[in-house]
Amino acid sequence: MSKPTQQLDQVVIRFAGDSGDGMQLTGDRFTSDAAVFGNDLATLPNYPAEIRAPQGTILGVSSFQLHIADHHIQTPGDAPNVLVAMNPAALKANLGDLPRGAMIIADTDEFSTRNLGKVGYAANPLADGSLSSYHVHALGLTSLTVEALADAEITRKEKERAKNMFALGLLLWLYSRPTDSTERFLTSKFGKKPEVLAANLAALKAGYNYGETSEDFAVHYEVAAAPMRAGTYRNVTGNAATAYGLATAAYKGGLRLVLGSYPITPASEILHNLAAMKRVGVTTVQAEDEIAGIGVALGASYAGALGVTTTSGPGLALKTETVGLAVTLELPLVVVDVQRGGPSTGLPTKTEQADLLQAMFGRNGESPVAIIAAQSPADCFSAAFEACRIAVTYRTPVILLTDGYLANGSEPWRLPTMAELPELVPAFTTEPNHTKTDGTPMLAPYKRDPVTLARPWTIPGTPGLQHRIGGIEKADITGEINYEPDNHEKMVRLRQAKVDGIAASITPLDVDDPDGDAEVLILGWGSTYGPIAAAVAEARKEGAKVARAHLRHLNPFPANTGEVLRSYAKVVVPEMNLGQLALLLRAKYLVDVTSHTAVRGLPFRSSELAEVIVAATKELSK
Amino acid sequence: MTLTDIGMPHGLDLVPRLPEGAAPLNRKSFTSDQEVRWCPGCGDYAILSAVQSFLPELGVAPENVVVVSGIGCSSRFPYYVDTYGMHSIHGRAPAIATGVAVARPDLSVWVATGDGDALSIGGNHLIHAMRRNVNLKILLFNNEIYGLTKGQYSPTSPTGTVTKSTPTGSVDRPFNPVSLALGSEATFVARTMDSDRKHFTEVLRAAAAHRGTALIEILQNCPIFNDGAYDVLKDRTSAQSRILWLEAGEEVTVGAEKETVAVWSGGSGINLIPRSEAEPALILHHDPAAADPSQAFALSRLDDPALSHIAMGIFRQVSAPAYDDGVRAQVDAARSAAGPVDDAAMEKLLAGGDTWTVGES
Ligand code: SF4
Repeated sequence: MSKPTQQLDQVVIRFAGDSGDGMQLTGDRFTSDAAVFGNDLATLPNYPAEIRAPQGTILGVSSFQLHIADHHIQTPGDAPNVLVAMNPAALKANLGDLPRGAMIIADTDEFSTRNLGKVGYAANPLADGSLSSYHVHALGLTSLTVEALADAEITRKEKERAKNMFALGLLLWLYSRPTDSTERFLTSKFGKKPEVLAANLAALKAGYNYGETSEDFAVHYEVAAAPMRAGTYRNVTGNAATAYGLATAAYKGGLRLVLGSYPITPASEILHNLAAMKRVGVTTVQAEDEIAGIGVALGASYAGALGVTTTSGPGLALKTETVGLAVTLELPLVVVDVQRGGPSTGLPTKTEQADLLQAMFGRNGESPVAIIAAQSPADCFSAAFEACRIAVTYRTPVILLTDGYLANGSEPWRLPTMAELPELVPAFTTEPNHTKTDGTPMLAPYKRDPVTLARPWTIPGTPGLQHRIGGIEKADITGEINYEPDNHEKMVRLRQAKVDGIAASITPLDVDDPDGDAEVLILGWGSTYGPIAAAVAEARKEGAKVARAHLRHLNPFPANTGEVLRSYAKVVVPEMNLGQLALLLRAKYLVDVTSHTAVRGLPFRSSELAEVIVAATKELSK
Repeated sequence: MTLTDIGMPHGLDLVPRLPEGAAPLNRKSFTSDQEVRWCPGCGDYAILSAVQSFLPELGVAPENVVVVSGIGCSSRFPYYVDTYGMHSIHGRAPAIATGVAVARPDLSVWVATGDGDALSIGGNHLIHAMRRNVNLKILLFNNEIYGLTKGQYSPTSPTGTVTKSTPTGSVDRPFNPVSLALGSEATFVARTMDSDRKHFTEVLRAAAAHRGTALIEILQNCPIFNDGAYDVLKDRTSAQSRILWLEAGEEVTVGAEKETVAVWSGGSGINLIPRSEAEPALILHHDPAAADPSQAFALSRLDDPALSHIAMGIFRQVSAPAYDDGVRAQVDAARSAAGPVDDAAMEKLLAGGDTWTVGES
């Protein structure tokens, strides 16, 4: 007899375990099932920097949080309603985030005296009553799994390893999800190892059936599909969307995409994704270091490809000199910085937005580049596409800032059709564009387009247009080496004017102010989009009058930015750094923006931001 | 007989050649209108002139040649050659040139670099370009000094070199560029001299024909900061007793009458002994095509700071897959298996595995 079903409008689930417990995979699978089911969703993986941190310790806890809803949501959620804790460390590390009344599903087999001791539990919290304000389901996940696999021809260790599938099966039952898409996934993943496949499938089924039959679970839940714009959807992570955006932009420009990259957390998946796109002509070079990665990309752009390099903060520091070369060579180049906690090695697997000023100023000389930031995992596609558009149109390096939160987080993505995307026009030079004083036609490599100030992109192999370019200051128009004071002055200003002029081609800053009477503006950039949007919605529910805007272009800013800032009595800028955008805005617009900052390696909680917003509106009305 | 005749891929296999009957190219075809600005008497002039005179021989139009350089006196080279050229940043030319070579099989890509540029700040890129065997021709101008920054010792300066930055003599030991290249798995390694146009040209010819990385160390005189570093090799008489000219299949010898010969010293390298004392069967014959680079490496170890002996010529010339060819082959294979890259193919790519559709409501 099946159990009663209770409807929920949303739920936040966190899977937590040892880094070897397969929590990322479990979370990923639940996410895919939810996506295909039609929920809106957002995810937040959180894992240690060490591949195998000491077993059973707080340091080694890996978790995956997902938020599913029957309506549009913006964030992976502040606080989990359900915690799956595979061991005492996972419980201890995550308990603080749980609101009272939350459900805890814990694997009692792992709550041994030894494991409890490892994380400083004197008594077993599952037994000592300390969790009485939560709904605790304590069950022997490991032993139940091993039991279910009694007949399987694999080692006990391998049987134990399938416990994440048991947990997944249980959760799929708990939220009334079918298991078939996960079964398909497992079949394709373990097709070559039939015994392992059989064990995983059996564990999944056993978990599902356990929910169905065990008296421990009285009800199960259902979160209905969310209304979404018509279209075809998939679930996508930020890193995958970035890779797709780059490949698609190259396709729309008729260009070969050449990625030069060096592995670095959390950017490596872009390299992995692009390396798997050879069938659409994508070329990837895993270089010997970060500098070579961007060198390869710049060489490829020089040769007429779309050169891209991908990295994270420390890698961007190494690429700096080559970005400067690209600034002066005025060649298209896209540099993706998946920001992580810094400085130095910092927090490799955690998120931060503290590379904005590095992107803006981290080079010698006056060295302007365009800067773009993505605002959500799926938005990485559009942001990457836009970065390529600017790079190709303006012959300039563009730094695309994403971050660890966007990179690993995922959400539903409405797939674009090729027809709805703009074309990119490389417009290679094929003819001389200038005449010498004696009347013979010539190529003037630094004679600019009067509108964009872009110089011609003249690629090797073009007959009669051989020319030399380099890092030394070049004469206006002819591009020859030139050390004259007036020429340098002119060229420095021209390069700046070109990048400033990009503002003419970008959409103005759009303000969300439903009643049009807000006096406080919340302005964000990058991955804070979701938390800010959710916080503003929450604050409005509490009656706060607040407007919201989000910057995609950080350099140049949209042309109306100053005007927008000045039309509010108070501007609050939340950032995951110590106020880098605020510094730029203050410097450029002389507006007294208020910074709200946090650098915890985690995205903002929307509830915390909502409090900040409400306080700001109250302060103003005092 | 050329390498292509015996079925080995040629360095210029994918580069378009001038059609039959096209106006012949000459040195002027590869001479830019820029005023050459090296110091008077600099060895770079001879190198430039040799290269400009050689390039027409390739039968490749100037627009299909690219020269990438780093920073240093030698790295001004691209400005003077009327091809496509990039004067990049210090040490990075091999990486940038790798990008060019990977993106464009139809270009003949050259790198001009120096001992500081290639072996100090750019050492990592150099060894990896050679390891990968990217289709690049690397001209390494070795003058054993930093010229552009006005005379500091370089990674090829002998220990004890006194310069402004080492007033009491340099402490570190120098690199031997040929040994380094051989240790980096380079498939073509040669040494020549700025002043020996004939030998230099022969080496260039072989390098251009080589598919993969060709590393040419060119001993170059810097008359301003390190004048005469190679004088003993330029004086006819003293050179005869010092230089071992390497010729494939020939005995390795030195001396006006080839009176000193190279023999294996029982496993630990090469000995030079009077011919009269050598058992003829044990006299070394040069084999640049040997798969094992040990003999080439041993030959590269003959030189000492006093240059009492030094081997010149092509140390190694073996056929191995070129990196850029391999990269292209993988992309081409994937493309031909998947069919044309059109809107539908791109949309399929973006869709991935699991999709769902939301209808109009
Ligand atoms: S400093 Fe030396 S190497 Fe440089 S140009 Fe002058 S002579 Fe040549």
